[in-house]
Amino acid sequence: MKSVKVNQNNLNDYSDIWVIGELNDGKIHPVTVELIGKGKELINNLTGKKLNVIIIGYGVQNSAEKLLHYGVDKVLYVEHNLLKSFNTDYYVKAITDLIEDRKPEIVMMGSTYTMKDIGPRIAARLGTGLISDCTELEIDSSDGKLIQTKVSFGGNLLSSAICPNNRPQMVTVKPGVMNKAERSEEASGKIELVIPKLSENDTRLNLILKEVLEKKQVNLDKAKIVVSGGRGLKEAAGFDLIRELAEVLNGEVGASRVPIEAGWIDSSHQVGQTGVTVKPDLYIACGISGAIQHQAGMYQSKYIVAINKDPNAPIFKICDYGIVGDLYEVIPQLIESIKEKRMF
Amino acid sequence: MNFDFNEKQLMVIKNAKEYTEKYLAPGVIERDETSTYPIDAYRKLGELGFVGLPYSSEYGGSDAGYLEYVLAVEEIAKVDASMAISYSVATSLYAGPIAGFGTEEQKKKYLPPVLSGKSLGAFNLTEPNAGSDAAGVITRAEKKGDRYILNGLKCFSTNGPLADYFFVVASTNPELKTKGLSGFIVEKAFPGVSIGKIENKMGIRSAQVSEVIFDNVEVPAENLILEEGKGFMLAMKTLDSGRMGVAAQGLGIAEGAFEIAKNYLKTREQFGKPLYKNQYLAFKMAELEMQIEQAKLLLYKAACDKDTGKPYTISAAKAKYACTNAAMDVTTAAVQMLGGNGYMREYHVERMMRDAKITQIYEGTNEIQKLVISGGLFR
Amino acid sequence: MIRSNMRIIVCIKQVPDTNEFKIDLETGIMIREGLPCVMNPDDKNALEEALRLKDEYNAEVIALTMGPLQAKDVLKEAMAMGADEVILINDLSFAGSDSLATAAILAAAIERIGHYDMILCGMQAMDGNTGQTGPQLAELLNIPQITYLKELNIIDNTVTATKWTESEKYTFKLNMPVLLTVNNELNDPRIPTMMGVMKAYDEAGEKKIKVWGANDLDIDIEQVGIKGSVTNIYESCLTHINRVSTIIEGEDEKEMAKSLAMKLSELNLI
Repeated sequence: MKSVKVNQNNLNDYSDIWVIGELNDGKIHPVTVELIGKGKELINNLTGKKLNVIIIGYGVQNSAEKLLHYGVDKVLYVEHNLLKSFNTDYYVKAITDLIEDRKPEIVMMGSTYTMKDIGPRIAARLGTGLISDCTELEIDSSDGKLIQTKVSFGGNLLSSAICPNNRPQMVTVKPGVMNKAERSEEASGKIELVIPKLSENDTRLNLILKEVLEKKQVNLDKAKIVVSGGRGLKEAAGFDLIRELAEVLNGEVGASRVPIEAGWIDSSHQVGQTGVTVKPDLYIACGISGAIQHQAGMYQSKYIVAINKDPNAPIFKICDYGIVGDLYEVIPQLIESIKEKRMF
Repeated sequence: MNFDFNEKQLMVIKNAKEYTEKYLAPGVIERDETSTYPIDAYRKLGELGFVGLPYSSEYGGSDAGYLEYVLAVEEIAKVDASMAISYSVATSLYAGPIAGFGTEEQKKKYLPPVLSGKSLGAFNLTEPNAGSDAAGVITRAEKKGDRYILNGLKCFSTNGPLADYFFVVASTNPELKTKGLSGFIVEKAFPGVSIGKIENKMGIRSAQVSEVIFDNVEVPAENLILEEGKGFMLAMKTLDSGRMGVAAQGLGIAEGAFEIAKNYLKTREQFGKPLYKNQYLAFKMAELEMQIEQAKLLLYKAACDKDTGKPYTISAAKAKYACTNAAMDVTTAAVQMLGGNGYMREYHVERMMRDAKITQIYEGTNEIQKLVISGGLFR
Repeated sequence: MIRSNMRIIVCIKQVPDTNEFKIDLETGIMIREGLPCVMNPDDKNALEEALRLKDEYNAEVIALTMGPLQAKDVLKEAMAMGADEVILINDLSFAGSDSLATAAILAAAIERIGHYDMILCGMQAMDGNTGQTGPQLAELLNIPQITYLKELNIIDNTVTATKWTESEKYTFKLNMPVLLTVNNELNDPRIPTMMGVMKAYDEAGEKKIKVWGANDLDIDIEQVGIKGSVTNIYESCLTHINRVSTIIEGEDEKEMAKSLAMKLSELNLI
């Protein structure tokens, strides 16, 4: 019989909050520091719990030490030469074994492709619940349970869930949502080396090639974020700025009719009645007045941001957020602020 | 009486819409400007089985009916009226007489290439001196042994320049006037078939319309449909069905323009409020909505008549008249409602208005439709 | 070369079409009535990949869904597109299953299907957005997985698959059976042929749909449905999607840009 191994041990055996950290080429992923920030907030509402960070890889002691500057109680670094590169089987086994051994109450991960790959599998192996892509986490003051909130239904429904009878309570959190933990010059807390029991028999995957990704080729109509430029750019060079913003946001570049006709950018970028209809999560209209034929191609975007000098531009009527100002002043600062939020 | 579509029909609509968005919407303005026909889009239309919708799968069709076919033409015409007529000509006017009256061999040989989208088919009846009055046909087919020698010039042949196959009406006996007309299947590959002047049109500019010239073309006798003298009947029956295609084209144009106008009235603000809050415009839209629905019901009724084996000459004429007038009325009103924008190409409605005009003219002018309908009244 | 009897199972889900949400112009409130149901977009890409393998290698494609009887619609669509066999898992006791319980039910159904070489799943459903079913199904079936598939080649029993993460590209070689998850970047799903539509939406098409209930599956119903789910919905509410234009104020452009970045970050957009 197919049985989901639901773990029904004594819930009181479980304590501590864990952040499963993520490293990218030896650098700590920003979401890890965001999760530490949230974790610190959560333990303030729980008595006697500790905040630990787990990182896995090979030769990661350095990173573990760096993480001690964020005010966590302990960093466990799981080292094995088989963990050098991403491998679902090894990663799942190393983390699951550690969770079974140490019994954390809450396990937080970033909603990255890596964690979305292994997180659900770890939860299934443990027989516990995982809520993915959360944007809010809080502790229910009455019973200490973790209330996990996420947006679903194409952004139309906000729902909160709990995992009442199983431990750990697992969650993946959207990057860029939680506030980062502050870095202090002083290191505090302990680091602990964990050597997982892994052998080559534990995987069915054979890595034959690992490459760094060049910029993704995404079509305008499928893009989650579109940054568009219009007449207000004044010249072709203005699109360098638009491109830079799009790149930081991992989005695509769009344009209204004027730049296309002026030859500032290729017509494949045109958004509007003529051109592509886009429905991204975020549409940033820069120097676009918002003529109705442009609106026709973008009004279904989930969020619309408009940056324009002219306070009477029609685009301000259909946007969620507007900035009346010079885009050449606004965008560079916006790029900087976004970078700050993403890196450290 | 049941006014609901069944699941199959809903899926035909859904997939025709998807096809249209994917293959026809991009570049529709440019194709109109440059009079370019999207041959790859036609091939896809065939591959997906739309061209063969009302015909048997034995001949490459999709085993559906005329209602399904009409729904697909309507969906396509909402965006691209040129493809709608090209499609309708291939399905109704070329394949229609073969599927309806051809021999097993004719059907097996001449339906699959067109229904599958590999080739286009065309219909050749009209001549410079034979428009509404088919008795003026002077293209001659003289029997010589086991073949006919075809000589003459046909005009206004939609798909003409691109077609590999033609249904041609020619006279085998000029003395008998219309009773001397006969219908043939002619291949472009037959020596002596050539394309004359390609027309520069007001609307449906992406569709290709031309003269087709027959200069001592040898047509095998087995390519005669039915027997000699049946050409007029074949042409009229074929046009009865074709009119539903044109009606669907007109209905689609009307609906496409209506949708654009509706969105415009909702989003465009003047005098501090959206345009639709002006009762004059809102009421006008109510009238157009009713006109569209009336036309639609007549069209679906005509298609159901055909699918259920009832006579459909009169109902098809009514549908053609109502739908194509709706096309003209709605597009004209839409251009007016969009004001200056409506006159500009990027808003589509000016093209739709130009496209609408021909639907009142071809496959029997709307005056001819009244002739058909009134003829039925006082017979 | 490839084995001639390759069998692929595609897991699909019927979801409300969230793209069709409309806003009432007067009130700014979302109109929920008459929201059409569609095949989850990522699942359609999974089906397309399976059908591509069918075209290329003559693989057999089985579409599997769990849901109410209405979910037969997506199975008919799958049939019209070219699926050879379609199965609906339908049982009142399965309603309210969370992702792990759903994976358990799908796993039981797949065990009943028997032999298979590949399972294809969409990465995420556009209603629940959990993105968990694929990996959890692979775990319960104890087979390897590749998520976010970008390229796939098959030689004999061996799959060479390239997956992406945000910043890297990994190519793995592994033996079948394997579970793969895909999204809309992988391919462009086909429009079904009209012949396919006529057959799938016929009575004969309806009859081809196998319906399996709890009794047909080897599963402990205590572990599925609302009761057996490890996570519970605590509360849910509609997000505010009325578009209220907020003009961001500030001393200068720099200040405004900073506040905008904060707002976007709060909205989880960057």
